[in-house]
Amino acid sequence: MAEKKTDFIPRILPLRELFAEGHRACQGCGEAIALRLLLKASGPDTIICSATGCTEIISSPYPQTAWRVPWIHVAFENAAAVASGVEAAIKTMRKKGRYHDRKINVIAIAGDGGTADIGLQALSGALERFHDFTYVCTDNEAYMNTGIQRSSATPYGASTTTSPSGRQSIGQSTQKKNVPLIAAAHEIPYVATCTPSYPFDLLDKARKAFETEGPCYLHVLTPCPTGWRFPSHLTIEYGRLAVQTGVFPLFEVIDGRFNINHSIEKRKPVIEYLKGQGRFRHLKEKEIEEIQRRVDEHCEKLMRLVKATS
Amino acid sequence: MGKRRGLEVSLAISEAVKLSRPDVIAAYPITPQTHIVEELAQMVADGELDSEFIMVESEHSAMSACCGASATGARAFTATASQGLALMHEVLFIASGLRLPIVMAVANRALSAPLSIWGDQSDIMAERDAGWIQVFAETGQDAFDLTIQSFRWAEDPRVLLPAIVNIDGFTLTHVIEPLEVESQEDIDSFLPPYDPPIRLDPEKPVSIGPVGFPEIYTEIKKQQNEALLGAYPVIVEVWEEFEKAFGRKYSPVEEFMTEDARIIICLAGAISGTARIAVEQMRSEGKKVGLLRIRLWRPFPFEDVRKALCKAEAVSVIDRALSFGGPGGPIFSEIRSALFPLDEKPSVLGFIAGLGGRDVTIENFREIVEETEQVLDGGEEFEYKMIGVRGD
Repeated sequence: MAEKKTDFIPRILPLRELFAEGHRACQGCGEAIALRLLLKASGPDTIICSATGCTEIISSPYPQTAWRVPWIHVAFENAAAVASGVEAAIKTMRKKGRYHDRKINVIAIAGDGGTADIGLQALSGALERFHDFTYVCTDNEAYMNTGIQRSSATPYGASTTTSPSGRQSIGQSTQKKNVPLIAAAHEIPYVATCTPSYPFDLLDKARKAFETEGPCYLHVLTPCPTGWRFPSHLTIEYGRLAVQTGVFPLFEVIDGRFNINHSIEKRKPVIEYLKGQGRFRHLKEKEIEEIQRRVDEHCEKLMRLVKATS
Repeated sequence: MGKRRGLEVSLAISEAVKLSRPDVIAAYPITPQTHIVEELAQMVADGELDSEFIMVESEHSAMSACCGASATGARAFTATASQGLALMHEVLFIASGLRLPIVMAVANRALSAPLSIWGDQSDIMAERDAGWIQVFAETGQDAFDLTIQSFRWAEDPRVLLPAIVNIDGFTLTHVIEPLEVESQEDIDSFLPPYDPPIRLDPEKPVSIGPVGFPEIYTEIKKQQNEALLGAYPVIVEVWEEFEKAFGRKYSPVEEFMTEDARIIICLAGAISGTARIAVEQMRSEGKKVGLLRIRLWRPFPFEDVRKALCKAEAVSVIDRALSFGGPGGPIFSEIRSALFPLDEKPSVLGFIAGLGGRDVTIENFREIVEETEQVLDGGEEFEYKMIGVRGD
């Protein structure tokens, strides 16, 4: 099912780093890799609207900045609303001859907390109003910036500081909110999931989103060594395992049509993804079986969606 | 000269906004502000106003979208009231901290609970320290002129701060008044397009809204405060220029019969209309009463207030808001602190009136003056009283 990759090959990848080196991310930060790739896909004609969170904290300690493109941070829950204002401003000022005509990618970036929890309303509003922008959720599955608190995107069974495992708790007891499907329910032209562990898939999807007129949603799984508690050289590996076990399938929704980009018909067992991550260390065999059952169910559902919309 | 028209004050504000040629309007409906943005939406729909109108999903997003638009170099406007203003609270401080010259009309209304759609000034007093320039309108003409002027002082490169025009909910927003509506040509020459010193533009990338560590935060806040204090002479300058262009005179405070007054009533907003009538009546009965209306609320015109009030024996301050467990009303507290440095200062008495749409009548003003007289004549002193309470 994997699409032919034509847009990006290593030797034509732009060399210029628009997300500059020297930012303050943790060693092995999946998010920093994602941001770097996203900006390679978007190029310099980009305006970033950042939510409060890891991205903003690591990249903008005044008077330094890691952004070589225009960047604004207003608050936590409103990246999509700020992007709405930027997009509207460009549209109207261009009409009045007060802004240049080059195509500009307006990108809102927020973490899973800023997207699935506190920013969900602003996101829904901006998608519904059909602004021409791309919303990027960098999902590290908890509030990492404030010290690993659970969000509604934290997966079932993960231990965080506010969903700790204990004698009477398996950790997070609810299942991960499916924001890509929520975004798709707005009937926007393009929704996709990706991870920097599959960089060319991410680059292609990002470019598609930027080239598509209207609102687009990219959900990027960004493994977090600090919060998931694994050695920092394994970031890429855990992203791959998330895809290969079906925990985080790579898919697109183009004009309502679902399309899987990395086959999930034959999947590795979830234990391969769970083992080695400190946040899942406490899980017992029975609980891992339950996670496997849930992942299987999700993958089946996704494959049914592909079939139903093809 | 402008064209004299009878207009609902909300619509007069919409007209003023249209003449100011905003690029982006982002708004959410809330009583008693709704007529302003409904009219603007209609103007855009009819092609009379060339703006992007974003009908957002909340006031929080309205202010957030205005921040995004303003940072991109657009002239941005919104309007709200009460709960909507409270929902914006977080972003108000960011708009001023980022020095974004957004203009907002606030149709002052009570805060819940209990839910009240009716007028008072509790909503705006909770945002007193948000770092915005703030004025209070008394009349429709005031509201119309102050809206246009607000863009001027907000966008002035010496200022660059957001600005609020306060209009009392219902008692001002929903009344029809005669006013001069100036021509587009005249407003265009008074208010040039916004020319931001920096903006979000790939041609010259900037980072706006970074993290401020303890070693820099204090300095940035000091700068911001200096900008707000420094807005005072700019505001006065804008008023002088406005008077030259349109013949209407504006000042930070407005005095009425204060010259030889023994007691001066001090307030902000539309109830000053009733206050004037009450003062005239009491004057005709031989009482030396005057009125001081605060037009400029932030930056607070301490010197003007001192000058106007220093010769009185007592000042009766009326607040349409209550600072629970505090010094009574916010205006009272400001007036008292303005007068405190004077060697010989008038007694300052606080009165809370007109909460949640309760009328402030001529009788109420008489009662306030009588209470003040009693204190001057040796009666029991008090900090503040609530006026017009049933069953008292």
